[in-house]
Amino acid sequence: MPSSDPLPLTPLETAALLPDRFRRWFSSRGWSPREHQLALLAKAGDDRSALLIAPTGAGKTLAGFLPTLVELSAVPKGGGEKNLISTGRTVKRSGGLHTLYISPLKALAVDIARNLETPIAEIGLPIKVETRTGDTPVSRRQRQRRYPPDVLLTTPEQLALLLSSDDAPFLFSSLKRIVLDELHALVTSKRGDLLSLGLARLWRLAPEMRAIGLSATVAEPESLARFLVPQQGGREIAADIVVAGGAAAPVVEMLDTRERLPWAGHTARHALGEMYDLIKRNKTTLIFVNTRSQAEMLFQEFWRMNDDGLAIALHHGSLDVAQRRKVEEAMAAGRLRGVVCTSSLDLGIDWGDIDLVINVGAPKGASRLMQRIGRANHRLDEPSRAVLIPANRFEVLECRVAIDAIAENAQDTPPLRTGALDVLAQHVLGCACGEPFLSDELFAEVLTSAPYASLTRGDFDDVVDFVATGGYALKTYERFARIKQDKQGRWRVANPKVRQSYRLNVGTIVEEAMLKVRLVRGRGGGAGSTGMIGRGGRILGEIEEYFIEGLVAGDTFVFGGEIVRYEALVEDQVYVSRANDKDAKVPSYMGGKFPLSTYLAERVRKLLDDRRQWNALPEQVRDWLSLQRDFSRVPGVRELLIETFPRGGKHYMVCYPFEGRLAHQTLGMLLTRRLERARARPLGFVANEYALAIWGLGDISFMVRHGKLDFAALFAPDMLGDDLEAWLAESALMKRTFRNCALISGLIPRRFTGEEKSRRQVLFSTDLVYDVLRKHQADHVLLRAARADAAAGLLDLKRLGDMLSRIQGRITHRELEHVSPLAVPVMLEIGRESVYGEAGDELLAEAADELIKEAMG
Amino acid sequence: MRASKVMVADVTFVADLSGALFWQEQRLLVVSDLHLEKGSSFATRGVLLPPYDTVATLSRLAAVIARHDPRMVIALGDSFHDRAAHERLSEPDRAALSAVQARRDWIWISGNHDPALPSDLGGVVASEVAIGPIAFRHEPTGAAGEIAGHLHPKARVATRGRSMERRCFASDGERAVMPAFGAYTGGLSIRDPAFAKIFQTPGFMAHVLGDNRLHAIAASRCY
Repeated sequence: MPSSDPLPLTPLETAALLPDRFRRWFSSRGWSPREHQLALLAKAGDDRSALLIAPTGAGKTLAGFLPTLVELSAVPKGGGEKNLISTGRTVKRSGGLHTLYISPLKALAVDIARNLETPIAEIGLPIKVETRTGDTPVSRRQRQRRYPPDVLLTTPEQLALLLSSDDAPFLFSSLKRIVLDELHALVTSKRGDLLSLGLARLWRLAPEMRAIGLSATVAEPESLARFLVPQQGGREIAADIVVAGGAAAPVVEMLDTRERLPWAGHTARHALGEMYDLIKRNKTTLIFVNTRSQAEMLFQEFWRMNDDGLAIALHHGSLDVAQRRKVEEAMAAGRLRGVVCTSSLDLGIDWGDIDLVINVGAPKGASRLMQRIGRANHRLDEPSRAVLIPANRFEVLECRVAIDAIAENAQDTPPLRTGALDVLAQHVLGCACGEPFLSDELFAEVLTSAPYASLTRGDFDDVVDFVATGGYALKTYERFARIKQDKQGRWRVANPKVRQSYRLNVGTIVEEAMLKVRLVRGRGGGAGSTGMIGRGGRILGEIEEYFIEGLVAGDTFVFGGEIVRYEALVEDQVYVSRANDKDAKVPSYMGGKFPLSTYLAERVRKLLDDRRQWNALPEQVRDWLSLQRDFSRVPGVRELLIETFPRGGKHYMVCYPFEGRLAHQTLGMLLTRRLERARARPLGFVANEYALAIWGLGDISFMVRHGKLDFAALFAPDMLGDDLEAWLAESALMKRTFRNCALISGLIPRRFTGEEKSRRQVLFSTDLVYDVLRKHQADHVLLRAARADAAAGLLDLKRLGDMLSRIQGRITHRELEHVSPLAVPVMLEIGRESVYGEAGDELLAEAADELIKEAMG
Repeated sequence: MRASKVMVADVTFVADLSGALFWQEQRLLVVSDLHLEKGSSFATRGVLLPPYDTVATLSRLAAVIARHDPRMVIALGDSFHDRAAHERLSEPDRAALSAVQARRDWIWISGNHDPALPSDLGGVVASEVAIGPIAFRHEPTGAAGEIAGHLHPKARVATRGRSMERRCFASDGERAVMPAFGAYTGGLSIRDPAFAKIFQTPGFMAHVLGDNRLHAIAASRCY
């Protein structure tokens, strides 16, 4: 449906919503207002909060701001000065801050401010728009608090800071409207929790404020709409939902490669030539990949083959900011033919003339893929075009079901979060920094926020106790309390230092410890030479500290589009030199942040189970599945297939839960513990998005045959009891999660007042704190917060639990003589190198030789 | 196997998995850098670390003392995290400390964190102690026959993109630096120049505290 369709409103109705000067402006641009833009105006007129669901390119931002612009245009000219009016008891300001706009990206806030200037200038509206980000100079920030603009564009963290100031009531009492951009992205993280608590505070300070949420299409719009209105005592209240129609359906296809499809790996190296041709045939192509290292590898390969001198650039989160800005500018100016990027370009500024999106590797989720595809061609009435490049055979299945899901417009965004307790702790401290609060009142206020609507009073009181004295059963810190109650029972900060520390540490984004990568001249001479390392080369970007910790001097890896050799760690800089190697020694594939969505996983299982659907698959994949069917078995929709086989003196067990890498890793940890108890002597395991392989010295096939091992018992859901507890005590994942909670909750400051300590100089290890706390107060509120985080995040416990229940009584075991076709991909993950295949048994034999070399090292 | 051997100036010590050092002939146990009350020390500055580090450290100390039943214990300095730390000891912790001190000689070596220990803690306070060919002091000087602490050595070992980091003893046969024993004490990489100054040969070893045993690894192979 083209967007210029006549509206179902009569001209008279339209006129009532949209003042003349606005209509004239629309037509001067050759536009007519879109239906959803008018619908939001109508909601504003009815004093309702609303959630706008619209694809990219639908004029979402203008729709969000139209109510504000129209309302402010009615303020008579010359009445722009702010006056203080007596309300009897106190003074109130006329004018003042009217609209707040919150964006997840500060660059987006700045960009939107610029875009808003156009209609404001051209219509001639008396409206002042300003941004406030971490980069805003102190003098302007102070002025903004005293003389606020009409419209302020900012981020969730800056909102939290503003709310923690003494003059928050003065600043926000005039607020009429809040616009929350990219809401679907904000609400999936702790930043969304922080924002929801800020909203709760605003509803109290400015009861007249109404919210507009702007979101991409989500699976449960009703639950997202709850975020925008105050919740009341358990009843679920939601904002109205406006859905923008009219986006042309995207044209999405999967590359039918002429090359051999790899069995495993995530590089899609086989399709390089075909991708290059696509870039060549289109004007501007965005090439999305899942991880930074994939981006590095692809970019490097493109340049190796770039005989046409195409302008291809690289964009990912660890590149130097200045370099990223350069790429973005070149992109906006239409000077680039292709950009290889990660999720760093998932959100953000509209680029204009992108005519093709290539998605390399697994789509992971249908909604996520759709949002990426939406980056192509931001004109609504033309279809976006996308090509999916599966990097291995399993990814072919995933791409196939993702394309089907998009055709059906099916969504698989995650449900609304339950608010995290560490974020609540940060908010409580922030509240105490402003006006003193009573526990009862703050608790009631927090309950209005949708993620915290079912918070218990017990948890709330524990959080307040934690903020005050650490929340320890051993009450020894009363005299060191950070917040204290006055005679009326109101909590306030104990001293100004606490307030200062809060301001320095606000926010929920815990960055990985990063090290700068500096390119230096290599050591002269061969290996073992201890010659001086040249200094003073340029900085290539930043890399995660944990990655560097796995390297020894001389190891090569890909960074900044080239292969570099690790020379040394000098203070907080990684010295690297150019390496002439063709392949990096240490692959830095980390699997990406997002696991395969439950929805796509289920569709993949259905696809496997339904022979007729195989016709839609490439021939190579059909052959692979047919081989599997003949040799072993293709798993059914609700079934868990387990295969056992010997290889190279060891015994393997491969199972196919299709629940994503995170859940599989957890399963692997728990199963190896149980196998150890059963004396199967497990040695290790490897997991990918679809399968889990465990190997060991004990003959599992033999044990099962002789009743010494029972798969039903091995996979019984009770593994999530004691076995899980025992593992969590030691788990590095759990410790990492705890560290994040400790930082967000303010137990441990990221930055100390007065001095900024780098992470390498941290004075104690959070791992040691975790060990001690777990032993001496296992139910501490912060451990509960970390546990909840890990269950939903890195451990994916809910999904694992659901799977274990699903497969009860549905386990099928195949005892095989050797590796099955379906098992090859996960087996190849052991060495993490891809092997190119010939169809048939010969290939399996060949791959097996490789495998033994790889696996047994 | 919970222990391995470390030689210093021809004396054989047993390096315990807990991070303590035991001299069998003398029935002497040495622990270093307990940093008691480190948690409450941070609390005074607004960082409310769990107040359980002292009880955790003391119970590990009690366990290793029960295992070896030493005649004498040397606490090799920085036993308390700050000058006022001993005043913050809780009554139960004070009692636990007295219990492990009972029936044996106890020597507090003073360190930079606790230069002026009071006399009511039980045991005697000294700046250093010499027993046979061995000198025990807090800060290493690099002298032969010296056993010291202060630096909190730790070692990181990496293979094929994976790594792990643990506390360790550092020794070249002539001198040794002990790992920190305290529950909240982190460490300094054994590759830090501070260690090169003490062990002037590159061939010194890290005795790394693993999960169930110690591992002797050349320091040059660690990070």
